Amino acid sequence: MSAEQRPLAVVPRWLWAFLAAALAGQLAWQAQPTASMRLAQDLPAAPRAAVLRLAAFGEEPALARLLMLYLQSYDYRGGNTLRYRELDYSRLTQWLHAIVELDPQGGYPLFAAARVYAEVEDPERMRHMLEFIYARFLEDPNGRWAPLAHAALLAKHRLGDLPLARRYAHDLQRMTTDPGVPLWAKQMEVFILEDMNELEAAKIMLGGMLESGTITDAEELRFLKERLDALEAASRRR
Amino acid sequence: MATATFARFILLEARRGGLPWLALAAIVVALVLAAFLSQVALTETRELQASVMGALLRASAVFLIALHVASSTLREMNDKGLELFLSLPVPRWAQYLGRLAGFAATAAILAATCALVLLAVAAPSAVSLWALSLVMESVLVAAVALFFSMTLAQLVPAIAATAGLYLLARSMTGIQAIASSPLSEPSTAGEAARLAIDAVALLLPRLDAVTRTDWLLYGASVDGDYVRAIAGMALYAALATAAGLFDFYRRSL
Repeated sequence: MSAEQRPLAVVPRWLWAFLAAALAGQLAWQAQPTASMRLAQDLPAAPRAAVLRLAAFGEEPALARLLMLYLQSYDYRGGNTLRYRELDYSRLTQWLHAIVELDPQGGYPLFAAARVYAEVEDPERMRHMLEFIYARFLEDPNGRWAPLAHAALLAKHRLGDLPLARRYAHDLQRMTTDPGVPLWAKQMEVFILEDMNELEAAKIMLGGMLESGTITDAEELRFLKERLDALEAASRRR
Repeated sequence: MATATFARFILLEARRGGLPWLALAAIVVALVLAAFLSQVALTETRELQASVMGALLRASAVFLIALHVASSTLREMNDKGLELFLSLPVPRWAQYLGRLAGFAATAAILAATCALVLLAVAAPSAVSLWALSLVMESVLVAAVALFFSMTLAQLVPAIAATAGLYLLARSMTGIQAIASSPLSEPSTAGEAARLAIDAVALLLPRLDAVTRTDWLLYGASVDGDYVRAIAGMALYAALATAAGLFDFYRRSL
């Protein structure tokens, strides 16, 4: 080390032993799992967004993301004996609502809602989360269309609830005005209607989209026409 | 004997300095805050007062003792008092342990005083267990602050290191829980980060499990968790003492 320090040889042997014993004791003590480490608890009730805003000290986006990490820690491997799919979903959605209100532009809560919390095997919990996504989509359709598109897919394929999926897809197509929203998302309702054996309805909707003149992209027009032709062919076969 | 003399002078310095007044100010602020909260709360007034006062007094005790130890030790070093003592025929362990004993006694008195105030809003049995935990926590912080002050030999780095270790120790369980979350994509970097966090946790006391405000609200009992929490702090104080003594023996005149 520096010249200000004497050599290690001046340290008495008993002190070496004391330091080694204390360090070994600390490592052994901390290495053993304790009962208190297994939290085994459900989510506490969510605070109001105003309280969170106060606690954020002006750093709302940072706090919103930290709170999402906190929510994520509620699962089995995170030290909790409750898996997130066993959480109280009304509390979970309260937390997600509060986080969205804290940082409305953040995409994390809706992403987690669609990709994590909605993908549970329990239909009731899934519906709960899908309705949360839908409610938040209505506030900002152009910014939150992606979670709703995934929600529509989940409603169709996991829940098997085609009317619900159609409602989501219909509102997604109807309410989004941003040209950046991709074709497949806007046309989702068509595919869902096909699955509902509502081929005629799908043909009408596709035809309406084509005749409305709102679609100017050549590729999009070609794609929609192909879909319309396919639908007509399927309709004739019946 | 020399150890007791050192301890006595450290206590005397604490009594004659600004520490008692600062402690009194913290207690007054806590009481005023409690009185204010009792006026605005609709329900659970005592619980609200106990939780806010407990959190405030705990932070005050820890903060004040860390500042006191660091400033006192650094002042002695800057005044060349430490060199003078090192030149005396007194064993280094006696000098170090004497200082530590003095600071530990100061910390214990400070923590006990802060806890006494809580008797107004919480049950005596709960306050006594909370107080013992706060005494141990303050002694631990005193030992850590003495170690960093002696080793780093500068006021700001010593306080920053003590505060950093304390805050990290209090948040480490939460950090570990977040790091273990399976929602993120498993990767080598993520696994390495998780292992690194677990390794750091091994070198820290588990301060999130001690001096808990919920003891004041819902009562506490001397069960396995409580004993483990107290013993863990004692063990870490011993480690900080051993490390401090080691560095003190290598200090050159």
